[in-house]
Amino acid sequence: MGLEAKLNQDGFFVTKLDALVSWARKNSVWPMPMGISCCAIEMMAVGDPKYDIARFGSEVMRFTPRQCDLMIVAGTVTYKMSQVVRKIYDQMPDPKWVIAMGACTSTGGMYRSYSVVQGIDQFLPVDVYVAGCPPRPDNLLNALIMIQEKIGNTRARDFQDLKLPELNVIQSN
Amino acid sequence: MNLKEIIKQKLDSSFPETKFEYSDYKDEFCVKLDKNFIVPVCNLLKNDSELQFLLCEDITAVDWATRKNRFTVVYHIFSLKNKFRLKLKADVDEKDCNINSVTSVWRAANWPERECYDMYGIIFNNHPDLRRMYMPEEFEYHPLRKDFPLLGIPGSLPLPKK
Amino acid sequence: MEKLTKNNVHPKIVQALLQDTDITIEDALENEMILNMGPQHPATHGVLRVLLRLDGETVISCVPELGYLHRGYEKMAENMSYYEYIPHTDRLDYISPMANNVAWVLAVEKLAGIEVPLRAQYIRMMVAELARITSHLVAVGAFAMDVGALTVFLWTLREREKVLDIWDILCGARFTNSYTRIGGVANDAQPEALAKVKWFIDQFDDNLTECEKLLNTNRIFIERLENIGIISAEDAIDLGLTGPSLRASGVEFDIRRAMPYLKYNEIDFNIPTYSEGDCLARYFVRVDEMRESAKIIRQILDKMPQGEVLANNPKKVLPHKTEIYTRMEELIHDFMIVNFGINPPVGEIYHAIEGSKGELGFYLVSKGEGHPWKCKIRSPSFNNLQALPHLVKGHMISDVVAIIGSIDPIMGEADK
Repeated sequence: MGLEAKLNQDGFFVTKLDALVSWARKNSVWPMPMGISCCAIEMMAVGDPKYDIARFGSEVMRFTPRQCDLMIVAGTVTYKMSQVVRKIYDQMPDPKWVIAMGACTSTGGMYRSYSVVQGIDQFLPVDVYVAGCPPRPDNLLNALIMIQEKIGNTRARDFQDLKLPELNVIQSN
Repeated sequence: MNLKEIIKQKLDSSFPETKFEYSDYKDEFCVKLDKNFIVPVCNLLKNDSELQFLLCEDITAVDWATRKNRFTVVYHIFSLKNKFRLKLKADVDEKDCNINSVTSVWRAANWPERECYDMYGIIFNNHPDLRRMYMPEEFEYHPLRKDFPLLGIPGSLPLPKK
Repeated sequence: MEKLTKNNVHPKIVQALLQDTDITIEDALENEMILNMGPQHPATHGVLRVLLRLDGETVISCVPELGYLHRGYEKMAENMSYYEYIPHTDRLDYISPMANNVAWVLAVEKLAGIEVPLRAQYIRMMVAELARITSHLVAVGAFAMDVGALTVFLWTLREREKVLDIWDILCGARFTNSYTRIGGVANDAQPEALAKVKWFIDQFDDNLTECEKLLNTNRIFIERLENIGIISAEDAIDLGLTGPSLRASGVEFDIRRAMPYLKYNEIDFNIPTYSEGDCLARYFVRVDEMRESAKIIRQILDKMPQGEVLANNPKKVLPHKTEIYTRMEELIHDFMIVNFGINPPVGEIYHAIEGSKGELGFYLVSKGEGHPWKCKIRSPSFNNLQALPHLVKGHMISDVVAIIGSIDPIMGEADK
């Protein structure tokens, strides 16, 4: 293993804290599986022994937004559901990323109808779009690798001017 | 005597004050009736020991757009005893857009009737919980009506702020 | 414990709670506790939202709310031709897309009066039964995961992947297949695919027993499900349950037997029924049905004849692509069908098949045009979910998860 070999020789190594943090961050992305419809089944398949998302350090699917830094929106988002998706996104701690999995999530796909949002980028910032209806599990893994690349390139200064969302706080006295 | 004849005979003899139209298309037996008689007719079909239409499979409506009686409410009921499916139809006019609910006969009719109300705006009288099934409560339109556009009405459903 | 009342809570909080429009049941504090479950909850199998009124941990009443995945299927059907709608049926019950394809084309063929070649009918039966197996595999796995047995889920998904590989060979898509066509199937079942089906069936029984052993000897699993969510046969029929949930209550109703379609009347199979009507019985019915499906597929493989897989009916059935490129008449028919549709005669039909969740029916009204005037989907999940308030009443909150899992709703078809 690379790191141990290095430490055996010298006992220490030098890097930037920034780089170390983003290296650690990118290899332990905790996804929030926002499974809505058909794509959710393929997202389940990503976790199964055949495709095995654990190889990429992301098998820790957390169903609470508070513990996640990547939201995989898998499935058709309707207008009724959009409020919920946004609420869950707001609850995730910064920094956070979003994968729009599948055609309906990215553009509305085959559902040009009255109740379907034509692309979740109308109300969410999306980092990676995955094509397919639904995408094959390999394709989702590819998206995860792309997200990891993106996370690996982030530095602390990217988050300096980040605006915090305004939350209504109820004080008890 | 086959089951279709029995149904015809029973309905005609029990309700002499109204007229039933029978049709048989592709071996699907269908009874068309006046909407005021829907509850007693359903009660008869369910409770008659020979017929026993116990399973209410589906309730929906058809919008004919230009016809005088604009909507037709369609019931599919099934007899587990005779393995026979029966279709009931009742016309509803747009001006007097209501029909009696059959939830008192089959509890299974509850959600399909709510769905029908949501999609077509047909009021089911005496329904225990007539709310919209799918669309948000504040939505004003009835999407499956023929005058509602496929792509919806812009601004009728809100999106969250970006 | 002291009961929470309006007086010992700060008025600002009370006001904020009352202003929250998401709580639809009024005066949360006046009554027992209101718990909102979903639409984003791992055990709701998608986007089902359930509002529970609790007294301590006991559920007093329950209000399911649907519509978070309402995609407007019925409206879209009115705006597209019968052929164009086949891919949409994949995404109704997305655990068993093949069965939905079969249901749709059977309904359209009944409406238009098309005869289908024998081999195509056998292939359709085979894929429908394979779809039932995949669906029940996911249902059992997810059900076990809901009550805390994670390994089963990985094992059943492993089996499911094998079927998806078969579909990959059969029609080129592993998940949303769109394999059937009006008048037949898209392409003939290749010998490799049939050999793989045979292989799968041969090893399936042992592997299923292996999965079963994890659950049937597991005391936690049994005790969490026994006598939970009981529904009697009368109530089940009255509430419109169909499929495994109905058969677990002791009613032997299966459309394959009651109103045979395709060639089910030539096949020998049992309908597993249990009389308990609880969550455990619903689980047993599913496992038994998988075994029966394997039995059916074995018979189908023996009986499958050779021959055409697409009907020769040029006005109604799209010809093969190779013929379209080489022959004038086929080109004209292709042009007419693609542009104007197949124009079935004026009339209306209802056709139902036994899907994996229950009775999956399509009610079609034709005005003689290329697209349906009205299409109604009778989806089993929608009607099965209706029994949820009845099932969970009086149970603990942890049982709600088990009961939803035992009904096995798929929101794609429940919300349409």
